[in-house]
Amino acid sequence: MTLIDLANPSRFLSLTARLLPYLVAGTVVLFAIGLYLSATAPDDYQQGATVKIMFIHVPNAWLSMFVWAVMSASALGTLVWRHPLADVAAKAAAPIGASFTFLALITGSLWGRPMWGTYWEWDARLTSVLILFLMYLGLMALWRAVEDPARAARAAAVLTLVGAINLPIIKFSVDWWNTLHQPASVFRMGGPTLDRAFLIPLLVMALAFTLLFITLHVAAMRNEILRRRVRSLQMMQARAASNDMSAASPASQPA
Amino acid sequence: MSLGPYASFIVTSYLAAALVVALLIGWIAIDYRSQKQRLRALEESGVARRSGRSATDMA
Repeated sequence: MTLIDLANPSRFLSLTARLLPYLVAGTVVLFAIGLYLSATAPDDYQQGATVKIMFIHVPNAWLSMFVWAVMSASALGTLVWRHPLADVAAKAAAPIGASFTFLALITGSLWGRPMWGTYWEWDARLTSVLILFLMYLGLMALWRAVEDPARAARAAAVLTLVGAINLPIIKFSVDWWNTLHQPASVFRMGGPTLDRAFLIPLLVMALAFTLLFITLHVAAMRNEILRRRVRSLQMMQARAASNDMSAASPASQPA
Repeated sequence: MSLGPYASFIVTSYLAAALVVALLIGWIAIDYRSQKQRLRALEESGVARRSGRSATDMA
């Protein structure tokens, strides 16, 4: 099966039916390893056991941006190549991305209270991530508000690409502005500054959450394809009913 | 494994993550069943795809 074959929703459904069990199994195994490594990781000399919050906060924060990047690529697919699955991919990813962003905010807050002395601070990193969360909600509202999927797809694609401007702002906010949030300690020039005792559980948990995203995204795309089939069948049913009524109506009979 | 004086923050973080992931999985599973049921109901009412293939056909 070539990549172009996946442009066909029926072939995509067939592939997902075969792929999903393996994705689920891989996700469960990675989470089992990741959670074990997180539980057995040593305490940090400054933060104590609260460093364990990092193992779920950081993967969710990464994914909050990664999912928007995936949606931006899909938006290009919608606007430039009119790929039949591009809008399906973007629409299916939005609630998952919103959930990861919500978790990044909540776990960050719960980590911030014991470490910074506050749940929330209106600084650049926290505020830009909150804006990302609100943009996810806005996109989901847009898809629900516009009835015609093709019109909704174009509007959502434009909004997604405009919203992508927020991604470098989030990433570099800790360098550009004064903030309570620590600077990058994994993806940075010069390599990670984290000790291996924390880096390995973090990377395994990040892989687990990424595989979880792929699994949920594939399943949500399958649902979206089925939802569009329902819509097209309902429209066919409505057209057939309308034709039957006009055929039965005396006004439509020739004189 | 001792979680120290901030155990409630750590446990709440993990529980929140578990809850949100469980809600996502539940929503996707329920949505899948709902779409399949709607497609089956439409096919039973006599509506068919132009291709003639079953709308619930995943293979």
